[in-house]
Amino acid sequence: MALIRDLGFQAMQMLLVFLLAPLLTGLVRKMKARLLRRQGPPLLQPYRDLIRLLRKEVVLAENASWLFRVIPYIVFAGTWVAASLVPTFRGGLLFSWSADLIAIIALLGSARFFLALAGLDVGTSFGGIGSSREVMIATLAEPAMLMIVFTLALVAGSTQLTTIASYMLSSGVGLRVSLGLALIALIMVAIAENARIPIDNPATHLELTMVHEAMVLEYSGRHLALIDLSSELKLLLYISVIGCLFVPWGLAVPPASLQGIAIGIGAYVTKLALGGFLLAAFETSIAKMRVFRVPAFLGAALMLGLLATLLLFVSRSL
Amino acid sequence: MVLFVLACVLALLIVAALAVALGGRPRSGNFVYGASLIITLALCASALFSLISASTPSPVVLPLGLPWLGAHFRIDALAAFFLIVVNLGGAAASLFALGYGHHEESPLRVLPFYPAYLAGMNLVVVADDAFSFLVSWEFMSLTSWALVIAHHREHENLRAGYVYLLMASFGTLALLLAFGLLAGADGNYAFEAIRASRPTASIAALVLILVLLGAGSKAGVVPLHAWLPLAHPAAPSHVSALMSGVMTKVAVYGFVRIALDLIGPPVWWWSMLVLVIGGITAVMGVLYALMQHDLKRLLAYHTVENIGIIYIGLGLALAFKAYAMDFAAALALTAALLHVFNHSIFKSLLFFGAGAVLGATGERDMEHLGGLIHRMPQTAFVFLVGCVAISALPPLNGFVSEWLTFQAILLSPQLPAWGLKFLIPAVGALLALSAALAAACFVKAFGVSFLGRPRTPAAANAQETDIESRIAMFFLAALCLLAGILPGLFIDALAPVSTALIAASMPHQVGIEWLTIVPIAESRSSYNGLLVFFFVAASGWIAAFAIHRLASHQLRRAPAWDCGYPDARPETQYTASSFAQPIRRVYGMSLFRAREIGAMPPPGAMGPARLTVELRDLIWDYGYAPVASFVGFASERLNVLQFLTIRRYLTLVFALLVFLLLVLAIWP
Repeated sequence: MALIRDLGFQAMQMLLVFLLAPLLTGLVRKMKARLLRRQGPPLLQPYRDLIRLLRKEVVLAENASWLFRVIPYIVFAGTWVAASLVPTFRGGLLFSWSADLIAIIALLGSARFFLALAGLDVGTSFGGIGSSREVMIATLAEPAMLMIVFTLALVAGSTQLTTIASYMLSSGVGLRVSLGLALIALIMVAIAENARIPIDNPATHLELTMVHEAMVLEYSGRHLALIDLSSELKLLLYISVIGCLFVPWGLAVPPASLQGIAIGIGAYVTKLALGGFLLAAFETSIAKMRVFRVPAFLGAALMLGLLATLLLFVSRSL
Repeated sequence: MVLFVLACVLALLIVAALAVALGGRPRSGNFVYGASLIITLALCASALFSLISASTPSPVVLPLGLPWLGAHFRIDALAAFFLIVVNLGGAAASLFALGYGHHEESPLRVLPFYPAYLAGMNLVVVADDAFSFLVSWEFMSLTSWALVIAHHREHENLRAGYVYLLMASFGTLALLLAFGLLAGADGNYAFEAIRASRPTASIAALVLILVLLGAGSKAGVVPLHAWLPLAHPAAPSHVSALMSGVMTKVAVYGFVRIALDLIGPPVWWWSMLVLVIGGITAVMGVLYALMQHDLKRLLAYHTVENIGIIYIGLGLALAFKAYAMDFAAALALTAALLHVFNHSIFKSLLFFGAGAVLGATGERDMEHLGGLIHRMPQTAFVFLVGCVAISALPPLNGFVSEWLTFQAILLSPQLPAWGLKFLIPAVGALLALSAALAAACFVKAFGVSFLGRPRTPAAANAQETDIESRIAMFFLAALCLLAGILPGLFIDALAPVSTALIAASMPHQVGIEWLTIVPIAESRSSYNGLLVFFFVAASGWIAAFAIHRLASHQLRRAPAWDCGYPDARPETQYTASSFAQPIRRVYGMSLFRAREIGAMPPPGAMGPARLTVELRDLIWDYGYAPVASFVGFASERLNVLQFLTIRRYLTLVFALLVFLLLVLAIWP
């Protein structure tokens, strides 16, 4: 019985992240437009885009290989699985122990690895420029992310997201310098990983500074729908990770009552909306930076993460 | 068991002799590789049996070598594990060579040395006294040197062989001195006796530094790696796979045997040395690899990176062992040894893939490849598996060993030494950096060689490689997946090794629910490759099924879009060096003094603009070149001594005699 209930929660989580991800992107777009005093697209526009893309035929470049056609499914599956292992409204998910935070980061790394290959598959210059810049950004963002994981793991004594979240909920945490540094670093990494301003511009095309959009330029139809959905899921994942690690309040702890679950879902949606609003506000207030300024930005994140880890190695209470 | 292994080694040597006797007969290649395959498989099976049965090792002494010593041989858990690594790689290489060997232009330069080389590596692992260890080590070096210069007509290969021979002699010299110090004044060279005697602290420290130099130069740690990227690619591809995948592991064996077994209890600062070397090796190795456009040389440089990762694990094991944190030490050692096993598999696989590409196109330069996924789909698939595995991405095996290393790093704040407290987070950052750079490196290796459009006619007309080679590659790819999704089996198999060296082992993994691996405790960290693999496969399949059923499954082929400006010429694609350009700009400006010189044609001229990239290898320029020029200078000066008259020689001898007598007289 307990197993079936846990399976139910796990399935609910998978469905929830799948359904909420486009809404989050729609929310960010709407907020950005409103902040610029524009009307903006409707909140549900991302869903409509996805459905329309799914119905269209795929136009495939003549020399695209089988790998190019498989990659959207791999990328989507990897990102979706990663997103469904992050505690969103309820901790202690059935399969949360099958991958800790390091494995979730690495799973996203796999998705990016394949996406970068897709950029090279057709053999166009735009694909190449996107892939090479994406991997350059990744070589800085991934170590920074791992340093953040180290910090959290040293504070909570675990790399399991559920355990870290319940530790953060307990009263023993208090204000710590290392956690503050880790939060700043995590936000910087999340901005870079999701190709947001100032690292990359999700709304641009035909511009030599673009990274993610250049890499997926050759995709169309259902393939593009999957890639878009994956990036929406990834944005949701990062906001969920920040929410579950740094503002875990409201997270239902098993065994939770129905009321607890309802509070959990409410809190989660509020966190997402808040995260989306902050992202929109941040993006409107800053200009995109040159590609070769990015290493300085992410290098700062890496150093903050390293500093936070070092502080914890020196004293467990910092 | 030891006698069986020795009999197999003898059989390999007989095969080597027969290869000479058979001469250039057309089928001699099949005989040599077939026999090597059978013998290595038998060796692998017996080693696996002795590792799992955990029988107490029984030493054998043969009346060979030094008359008062004899030749000691023994197979304990550590030796059995490395025997598996050596012979699994050997069997795969032999199978691959059954097909690939037909491409060989001068088989007599390869065939006799190949089984002898395998025999040498096996002997190093089973040797139980310093004398037979060093003789086998040198035998292994010399046979591999012969294989490196098999294609001796290419000038580069001769240079590679020369540098290799020098570095191998240097390494053996360091090991010779290390064993001399360990054996002490009475000169008892059996490992049993060395283990029983406890060297003083300063002697032990000196031995550790000598071993780092000796085994490290063979394994390819920075800055002793200079020979490796020259020598490994020069050999025929199946031998490259053995050198990179297996021989570097024999070097790691030498280090583990001495540093964790023979030398006695470690001191904490040793681990700092090993960790610093490991961290620098990991990052420098992968950065060098990213700058290459020769596929085999890229793989060789990447071996340097993985050796660094293994040394990080070993350094952590030393640190934990020094403070008697046995379970943490067992975790770190298991991570390092698992990475030894994993790397031997995927590096062999990748070198086989590079060999298949070389055989099909005659090209090693990635700038001349491209689009091979259409012409060689099976090779492309297994090469991709190898790339994912070596980039430490789940759900394949490379991720598991790096994940375990990270878990070991997370246990290190409990270490009391302040030096380690500051060093280990930095090493962790270097390890994370090298993992991320490795993924970039293999996006480049696979993307430029196999994807895109063919850059030369040779690449456009490539043919899929032969069936034996493909079987060997698919076998290794399957092992990559197996070790990735069922890591518990492999971790449990390593338990006797860490029990023997540290007196502790990781908790038993196979019995845990759902085949998860739990290194310390479930609340702390756990990973389940099987479930992750299953989830990813299932959700990908569900997505594909749902979309094809409910939405569109139509597909139309059209010219590439490329924002409206597609260019049919393959030169307009990203090349290996242009792919690496952002990374070169971020990391290479200081480390390689990378410079890009753009030459624009004068206004009105129709000539193309040219971009030249200059890279400098600072380690070679400031480490090796001064030594080489000093040796050249000194030998130039001493050369005069060769052309003296007999009178002057006699004067010299007399002067030396007087000098020695004076020394004796003054010596207290």
